Amino acid sequence: MPIQTYIEAISSALWEEMERDKEVFLLGEDIADYGGAFKVTKGFVDKFGEDRVIDTVLAESAIIGAATGAALVGMRPVAEMQFADFVTCGFNQLVNNTATTHYRWGLPVPMVVRLPAGGNIHGGPFHSRNPEAWFFHQPGLKLVAPSTPYDAKGLMKAAIRDPDPVLYFEYKYLYRRIKGDVPSDDYEVPIGKADLKREGEDATIVTYGPTVHIALDAAKEIANNDGYTIEVLDLRSLMPFDKETILESVKKTNKVFILHEDTVTGGIGGEISAFITEHAFEYLDAPIKRMGSLDTPVPYAPTLEEEFLPNKKKVVQVVKELLEF
Amino acid sequence: MATVEVVMPQMGESIAEGTVVKWHKKIGDQVQKDETLLEISTDKVDSEIPSPTSGTLKKILVEENETVEVQTVIAHIETEGNGEVQQEAQQEAPAEEKEPEPVEEAAEPKSEPSAAPAPKEDKPKDRFYSPLVLNIARKENVSMAELENVPGSGAGGRVTKKDILKYIEVKKAGKVEERPAPEPAAPQVEVSRDGVDVVAMDTMRKKIADHMVQSVKTSPHVSSVTEADMSRIYAFREKHKGTFEKREGFKLTYTPFMVDAVIKALKKYPMINASIEGDKILMKKYINIGVAVALENGLIVPVIKNADEKNLTGIARAVNDLAVRARNKKLNPEDVQGGTFTITNPGIFGNLWGTPIINQPQLAILGVGAIKKRPVVVDDMIAIKPMVYISMSYDHRLIDGALGGMFLQNVVENLENFDVKQNI
Repeated sequence: MPIQTYIEAISSALWEEMERDKEVFLLGEDIADYGGAFKVTKGFVDKFGEDRVIDTVLAESAIIGAATGAALVGMRPVAEMQFADFVTCGFNQLVNNTATTHYRWGLPVPMVVRLPAGGNIHGGPFHSRNPEAWFFHQPGLKLVAPSTPYDAKGLMKAAIRDPDPVLYFEYKYLYRRIKGDVPSDDYEVPIGKADLKREGEDATIVTYGPTVHIALDAAKEIANNDGYTIEVLDLRSLMPFDKETILESVKKTNKVFILHEDTVTGGIGGEISAFITEHAFEYLDAPIKRMGSLDTPVPYAPTLEEEFLPNKKKVVQVVKELLEF
Repeated sequence: MATVEVVMPQMGESIAEGTVVKWHKKIGDQVQKDETLLEISTDKVDSEIPSPTSGTLKKILVEENETVEVQTVIAHIETEGNGEVQQEAQQEAPAEEKEPEPVEEAAEPKSEPSAAPAPKEDKPKDRFYSPLVLNIARKENVSMAELENVPGSGAGGRVTKKDILKYIEVKKAGKVEERPAPEPAAPQVEVSRDGVDVVAMDTMRKKIADHMVQSVKTSPHVSSVTEADMSRIYAFREKHKGTFEKREGFKLTYTPFMVDAVIKALKKYPMINASIEGDKILMKKYINIGVAVALENGLIVPVIKNADEKNLTGIARAVNDLAVRARNKKLNPEDVQGGTFTITNPGIFGNLWGTPIINQPQLAILGVGAIKKRPVVVDDMIAIKPMVYISMSYDHRLIDGALGGMFLQNVVENLENFDVKQNI
């Protein structure tokens, strides 16, 4: 299998889907001639033309509104937010129109919004957010958050082919840091299915996105130093999330640690924790632990950002507390 | 009508007889099942004995202060059942049959043992049980009374998933008796006068009291205090405690390190490992280390036999085994005999140091304080190190200040020069 970076996997999914289905088109800020802020769509306009790779005005509301309209008439738009943070300007379109249309009119709304998310790139408060929790709370939207090149490509294909609006969270920090095998054959990663990235007996880390890699590193360190085996469950899809696999793992290890890069309070971890407590209370041998970034805006200073984000050291410490409970 | 025979229960594997201390019912009294019928006393423990059945107390065959062998019939209770004579064979405390009467229970202080120096200490009665542990207990028919006696290796003595699974495994293999350890009798208020409750001492307390007085009368006590830098042992334990616990199923405490350091010092100064008989000195060729285990209503000092023949892991296993059995009242008489030196642990309560009383006929007792990080001067700089105060009380008839001081300092050297490269 060819090795690709995370960002290459996203690009190749878009490319192959545009080749496969002429209804698929891209719209966003500076995505055509400039190739996008992160060069995900570099060279696309030369191959697919200006009608299918559309540079828009700097107006997220217009981008999402136009994409929603196109989806309603049977096209399959993929809208790019230059940074996930900017989706706030399209918030009304997303939650009031995009999310509700199928419920109001009975029509499918097959569109994808790409959201380059996350910190650790010293981007400060406007270029580092993880805004998934706002949309997690909005019925009518699907949310995916790949952590590997394989999942990035497979989930993008599944998102484009899905009849519902899908928010696709992609992580700037992972773009060029994470490489992996990506099949050149057509494949999808099904939305709603978690992936057991590492098997274990003593505790489960439920996570997604960039913190998957922190969890794996931490699990490895604990295994080497202390002999405990930690299960790492990558959700991949946040809405719907894979309840069955979560419960299976909880029933096996009986101790749960939920980890995400988004800030803790009001984050998705709270909902997952509530779900586990509701459905697997009698399987818990310890209180569920959560970790996310600190409850502040994303700091700009690198030293502060380092303190703000979860990291391996913090994770190892909390997992050990859980193991020792 | 049927007659049920009440027998003297066996309160422990090695116990052969018991004394009736008090009958709570008179002949002709109605008695409910599980209501306290009498109190008994044995070598090990005092206990209230609940009635095995509901009915009328027809006959008392063993009067108060009489001692009889276990399984001897001590009373007859007439029930309203069929006409056969039934014998209630009580192996141990017959308390587990059903939920105890709430009223009776409320009046009794709980006898949950604990505060052993080796494993996690806490009152099991106040322990938190996770939903999982309760769920497993229910599915495996482990009663609450049993659960309270399962040793906990988790935070604050909590019973973890592993602890209960291990308990069930052992139980299924037939190694654990299903009945809970007997509860020692509650202190009984005999009379109250002028705002003072007069309470009878239980057997254990009487024995401890006698022994303390006798020890102080026998040996002129002198105490010395020193301190040790525990950095090496602290680091060693931090490094190995995870894998150790995973492998052994119990936590690695500081006690085995203390025992190890003491053994080495005793080998160097064998006079400390002696005792006095008249005008003779008995030099012991074996080293048996007693480790004091605090119980709810007293204290017991089980002994690690031939401790000098064990490596660190062996010592840790022995300490854990004795402490667990002390809590569960599964010690045999030989487990508490033959000690040549005792270690006690006032540090477990956070105390810096204490001046313990010698466990006769031994010559010395070592008290280990709390291990705390403290600023210490190293090469004219202030460093933070895990430090411990160690005190020793010794018999000044035989042990002069010089010997006592050198011995104690050797214990410190053994602790501070602990070989961190060794295996555990």
